Amino acid sequence: MKFSVTVTLKKDVLDPQGKVVGQTLKNMGFKNLNQVRQGKFFEIDMDEKDSVKAENQVKEMCEKLLSNQIIEDFKIKKVE
Amino acid sequence: MKSSVIVFPGSNCDRDITVALEKLQFKNSMVWHKETELPKSDLIVVPGGFSYGDYLRSGAIAAKSNILAEVIRAGKKGALILGICNGFQILIECGLLQGALLRNSGLKFISKDILVKVQSNKNKFFNKYKNNEILKLNIAHNEGNYFTNQKHLEELESKELIPIKYCNDKGDVSKEGNPNGSINNIAGIFNNHKNILGMMPHPERMSDKLLSGEDGLSLFLSLMN
Repeated sequence: MKFSVTVTLKKDVLDPQGKVVGQTLKNMGFKNLNQVRQGKFFEIDMDEKDSVKAENQVKEMCEKLLSNQIIEDFKIKKVE
Repeated sequence: MKSSVIVFPGSNCDRDITVALEKLQFKNSMVWHKETELPKSDLIVVPGGFSYGDYLRSGAIAAKSNILAEVIRAGKKGALILGICNGFQILIECGLLQGALLRNSGLKFISKDILVKVQSNKNKFFNKYKNNEILKLNIAHNEGNYFTNQKHLEELESKELIPIKYCNDKGDVSKEGNPNGSINNIAGIFNNHKNILGMMPHPERMSDKLLSGEDGLSLFLSLMN
């Protein structure tokens, strides 16, 4: 069972990398761009048939290691 | 005084801090991260460097190592713990200190001498300094931009949990003297009981007059006081 996890900085935390990427895209001519937020992506493959149990474990992984909840939010999506 | 310096794969200030401690006659042990027991120590140092290559977030992997469980236990019992640079990041990631260390606001790794102003000497770590004393220390980091929520920030300020702040050469705690964008120019913080200190500048790099300076030496002398 596979899950995808994205971790991004919370919206009130300054994201300097996203800002620079956004500014560069604007300079490249993408004038209608509002903003870019940069984050991290994880693909997690679990040896587990119970999808509720697996998802709860992925949530625990996010809370305990993959994200720092003071500054980051995470999103979990089941992909397979 | 007995001290322990924790060593991770990627630590690179572990030997510098050992030299500084031994200069002051600390009986020091280097403790590998896989150990499950800490030698009896008056001071535990989590040194600077790039533990685990800064994978995931600086300090995040080291925070889950065997020995950190012991460091956390000792810290909760009141042991003196000093986290420098990557050590500060590790103490935050393991929850002994609150807040977060973000990427420097200028997006660059900064390695240079900076100035900090002592905000409070009523603690175990700074009692040999004078209040408002200006120290020349060295920083070398990419993620030293301290951030925390408003409530915790107010608590840090009101309970004198910020011993040092970045300042300019006139001693003004201003934007001009802030190298990395840290909120309120914070260069280091305590936990509530003031037995755990995390700081981005390296006091061990300023512990010999011939090499660089000795503004950092009094921190170790304070601990012996």
